[in-house]
Amino acid sequence: MSMTLVLFLTFIAITLGITAWAARQSGSAASYFTANRRITAWQNGVAVAGDYMSAASFLGIAGLIAFFGYDGFLYSVGWLVAYLTVLLIVAEPLRNAGKYTMADVLAYRLSPKPVRGMASLSTLIVSTFYMIAQMVGAGALVALLLKGTFVNFHIAVIGVGVLMIVYVVFGGMIATTWVQIIKAMLLMGGTILLSFLVMAHFHFSFSEFFGAIANVSYTGADGKMVVKDFLTPGLRFKPPYGPLELISLGIALIFGTAGLPHILVRFYTVPDAKTARYSVVWAMVLIGSFYIMTTFLGFGAATIVGRDFIGKNGGTNMSAPLLAKALAGDVFFAFICAIAFATILAVVAGLTISASTSFAHDVWTNIVRDGKEAIPGEERKVARVAAFVVGAIAIGIAELLGPAANVAFLVALAFAVAASANLPVIVFSIFWRRFNTAGAVCGLGAGLIGSIALIFIGPSIMGIDPPTAAASARHFIQHAPIFPLENPGILSVPIGFAGAIFGTLLTARDPAAEEKFVELEVRCNTGLGAEKATAH
Amino acid sequence: MATPANGNPGPGNGKSQWDRVAEMDEFRLLLLARKQFVIPATIFFVVYYFLLPILVGYAPAFMARKVWGNVNLAYLFALSQFFVAWGIAWNYVIAARKFDEFGVKIMDHLRREGWFKAEEEKK
Repeated sequence: MSMTLVLFLTFIAITLGITAWAARQSGSAASYFTANRRITAWQNGVAVAGDYMSAASFLGIAGLIAFFGYDGFLYSVGWLVAYLTVLLIVAEPLRNAGKYTMADVLAYRLSPKPVRGMASLSTLIVSTFYMIAQMVGAGALVALLLKGTFVNFHIAVIGVGVLMIVYVVFGGMIATTWVQIIKAMLLMGGTILLSFLVMAHFHFSFSEFFGAIANVSYTGADGKMVVKDFLTPGLRFKPPYGPLELISLGIALIFGTAGLPHILVRFYTVPDAKTARYSVVWAMVLIGSFYIMTTFLGFGAATIVGRDFIGKNGGTNMSAPLLAKALAGDVFFAFICAIAFATILAVVAGLTISASTSFAHDVWTNIVRDGKEAIPGEERKVARVAAFVVGAIAIGIAELLGPAANVAFLVALAFAVAASANLPVIVFSIFWRRFNTAGAVCGLGAGLIGSIALIFIGPSIMGIDPPTAAASARHFIQHAPIFPLENPGILSVPIGFAGAIFGTLLTARDPAAEEKFVELEVRCNTGLGAEKATAH
Repeated sequence: MATPANGNPGPGNGKSQWDRVAEMDEFRLLLLARKQFVIPATIFFVVYYFLLPILVGYAPAFMARKVWGNVNLAYLFALSQFFVAWGIAWNYVIAARKFDEFGVKIMDHLRREGWFKAEEEKK
């Protein structure tokens, strides 16, 4: 058995142990959905970072920098800055006024059923699309990391899927939170070690390191060796649409992160708004340090391993593991692979719990059952079944798509929907007295439809492939794209805001909703009446 | 934090408990203090952040200028974003201590008016 596989199995054993421990804790709804709201600030901060830093960050951004230099690093910046939106605008009001889901705050002063229905639809779309993207990536990646063992794409997808279902169904929010915490610590530890080794390679001299970055050589498209300064912008984002693509990506990140359901539910696991605030700061410390260190991971891979070697040995996603191998051999390679595996598992588990909670709490209890459980404990049972179903659907779709499918657009879609549908409605519910039910439904609908439509007519779905392209990697529609950008945020976010504004202004005022605005404002700002932590 | 018992509007009947909190001076000051921090901070970080893709996208030659050894303006500006974000977060945490103080004052005010009587009697 390979070293990598042994480390994978160790991680699985530890996390299953945590799940068993969590399953033995009291079986109340508060414990299942919110870990009794007793998670501390640093624990939640680490867990938020764990939920957020996916394999796309760890392996994907390292790979982008290794291949495109500075333009890859540009990706890193937005991921941290986005947390200011979470910190300044969303985290504390959400914690004060909600119970389990994002929709709790949106439905607070509006007609609950239509708003909850739309908000839950949006949550389910963001979570499942993001999950499918992670699963396809996970399958391909695990198969690659475990090359030479019996594990292929299909076994990997089923394995990852079954594990995430087990964590969520049996361990609920307590297990999911601790899986995130362990994963985030492993990820930080591995990244610090890798960065240290990169600097050791350059004799701890920044001028030597940046000197090497200024002279990266690789084989160009014409087969000749080229030498490039990898700190120069523009290696990936080229005119005419490159700059707009960058701005549009930034909009999706800055406004989308604060609308990601699996991040928002984390703020219900802490005792109060003050703890929620400090947990965002903890998350920012970790996330920021991590993304700064992508400098060492990415440029280290570009200079020490080289683009040509990475291209022949698994492609961009293997940049960080191959860097580990080049610097410290097979054991460290296995360790970094195991971290990537832990990262994938933790993120899909976080997505599963937020999707299933939204279904159980928003759709089942609040729409089907009019806000009250018909049988005590029903909400939790529904959530467990929903977690199983959502997981099974994600496994099924990932298996059908196969390892070569282009799924990166699903991540772009998840962020676009979060930014264009969820965020405008969250902001207006909290800050705009006149905002009404029609505005919320129109905002959610316009953001959702706008994002999906723009992705659908954009270069991710539409494009003309040469006849030689593999069937699974071909564009779905063989036609030149109508919308030129992969990230629709620059247009879909204004569409979402416009939907919410016009939906409100073109319909009658809602005196009940405006009266409840005062109540929501008091709750959001003072924590009066907020859900409290429960005893063990 | 404690909950004003529902259905127990306390002294000054006629208005909901929430309305009366909303009319307190402490609450007005809390909202004002929050606005005075959050609005300028949000405008600042959004503008500062989007300057990066705009400058890199539309003035790549300017941003490629080397300022320290091989390190160019583009990298330094990107790196500065991290520290600016941390700085804003730090300042917010400090400003929020004042928000918390207003919160405590509001609670004291409510307690003086006997809002939590029903709850305390239970204990």
